[in-house]
Amino acid sequence: MSKQTGGSAARAGTTEWGDIGKGLFFLSPWMFGFLLFTMTPIIMTVYFSLSEYSVLEPPVYVGLQNYRDLLSDKWFGNAMLNTAQYAAMALPGGLLVSLGLALLLNQPIRGQAAYRTIIFLPSLVPVTASSMIWLWLFNTKLGLLNFGLAKIGLPAVGWLTNPSVALPALAFMSLWGVGYTVVIYLAGLQDVPKELYEAAEIDGATGLRRLWNVTIPMISPVIFFNLIMAIIGVFRVFEMPYIMTNGGPARATQFIAMYVYDNSFLYVRMGYASAMALIQLLIVLALTGIAFWSSSRWVHYQGK
Amino acid sequence: MPVDEVIPYARPLTPSARLGESAAKAQATFRAAARRKKWMNLLVIHVALVCICAGFILPLAWMISTSLKTNKEAMLFPPKMVPIPPNWKSYPNVINHERVDFPLFARNTVIVAGLAVVGTTFVSAFVAYGFAKVKFRGRGLLFAMMLSTMMIPFPVIMVSQFLLFRWLDVHTPIQFLGTFKPLWLPWWFGTAFNIFLLRQFFMSIPDELSEAARIDGCSDFGIFWRIILPLARPALACVALFTFMHHWNDFLGPLIYLQDPQQYTLALGLQQLQGTQGATTEWNILMAGSVLVVLPVIVLFFLTQRTFIQGIATTGLK
Repeated sequence: MSKQTGGSAARAGTTEWGDIGKGLFFLSPWMFGFLLFTMTPIIMTVYFSLSEYSVLEPPVYVGLQNYRDLLSDKWFGNAMLNTAQYAAMALPGGLLVSLGLALLLNQPIRGQAAYRTIIFLPSLVPVTASSMIWLWLFNTKLGLLNFGLAKIGLPAVGWLTNPSVALPALAFMSLWGVGYTVVIYLAGLQDVPKELYEAAEIDGATGLRRLWNVTIPMISPVIFFNLIMAIIGVFRVFEMPYIMTNGGPARATQFIAMYVYDNSFLYVRMGYASAMALIQLLIVLALTGIAFWSSSRWVHYQGK
Repeated sequence: MPVDEVIPYARPLTPSARLGESAAKAQATFRAAARRKKWMNLLVIHVALVCICAGFILPLAWMISTSLKTNKEAMLFPPKMVPIPPNWKSYPNVINHERVDFPLFARNTVIVAGLAVVGTTFVSAFVAYGFAKVKFRGRGLLFAMMLSTMMIPFPVIMVSQFLLFRWLDVHTPIQFLGTFKPLWLPWWFGTAFNIFLLRQFFMSIPDELSEAARIDGCSDFGIFWRIILPLARPALACVALFTFMHHWNDFLGPLIYLQDPQQYTLALGLQQLQGTQGATTEWNILMAGSVLVVLPVIVLFFLTQRTFIQGIATTGLK
């Protein structure tokens, strides 16, 4: 990925360092921004995570106390668990739905463009608006979903008021926004060489076997990449619970991003929140590392 | 089942004159069966897609339907599916809402998004040129670093980024907190995602073009400005579009940095329409507000569909 080189061979290698001056000149805005808005905050996070900081008074160094507190903080555990449970429901569900839709939408049928557009549209809806829409659909007394249930003779469900239903309900809602991923899979499907299907045909492979033995392996890099992105994405889930449930009922939908927000901006425990943020950062970096490591493997064997 | 349609593989051979009559007949039945199977497949796919699409469109349809009801109608259960006659008043009611100033919020959003778009499009292209067209040692490493910053979710660095702006507030004469600056200023240093997208595009521009210009005495900045930028217009449009959408949708950033309700963006403002402190939510008003937030995005998408989809495909794959 990063090894690709632009520019003609003739100009490169004038010195061992190449056009380092020119390169840094072009990169300088980003490098400055990176140092200021990414590196500085990260270093600050490390520092604050080791201190008690209520903003009004200067930070006091407390060593690893914040991390010790985290271990015994049941609400931190609760938020991590909620986030993980949400991921365990939304990610496999999202993968199956988006891949299935991509395969369907890849068929050369009439109206293909219209179908694709309709599936894609919801992923454009700003998360604030989609939260409002689903808040309304999930409404226990007046909501459309419970109306549908009543129509087929089922009792009303407290979608967002029953602690054991709320998290699955949010995971279900997330499926509405799969359109973006579907587009990525569709692009991946275009890249599968037609010869492979012809070869599979000669070998007598039928529909499902071709799907399993040709299509899935060929787009597995895209699947894997998307999955890693989706895992990292659960650390971003904030608006949906913040607007729809405020973490409730009984903290059943308090996600980790919300808990960090509450600790930093509500309880103003910046040091404690920083410790939480740092743990998340390490998880994200590890996942990113895996994504990179795997990409170097599959880019190689696909011959790209 | 699904890939069947991708390639016309199962086409039976044309019956040759030498074949016996029974063989030709068998082949005809085979062909008819194959055609029938194909029709059945097509039918199943269409039925499945129509059902799924209905499900996907339903929340949007319900939003629009509710927005065209009176508050009384919205509170009916069982609900009225289609509001006839439609109550258009929800829309002026949102726009002239006593508590929530939608036009002002729209203006604020456009200012923030506009500033971010202008800065990031140009600067990201500038940096992307360095990554795509200048060769130097350490470029790969820097590029990898940039890609990894792309992965960091905002909630992870929001605490310290907020504290950073607070520090700048105290130690510089410029005020940051409670202004739009924290929302657009970081974008003026190039954004990893945009740099990446543009770099991918620049890589596909053949070097012969820039070499020719170089022989004519063009500097690197000249090549960037006169050759690469004009060729990269679709990619620049894509970057501008994504950045605009990001700021249109952004909720957490404004929530942290904006203090005065006069500065709120649409995403924050929409939340203000929710019933607060005992007041019941007026669902028709809330849904009308949602329509007003969603509509510009959808219109923008239809105007720029091609750019849009290509952008997603590029960033998701390579």
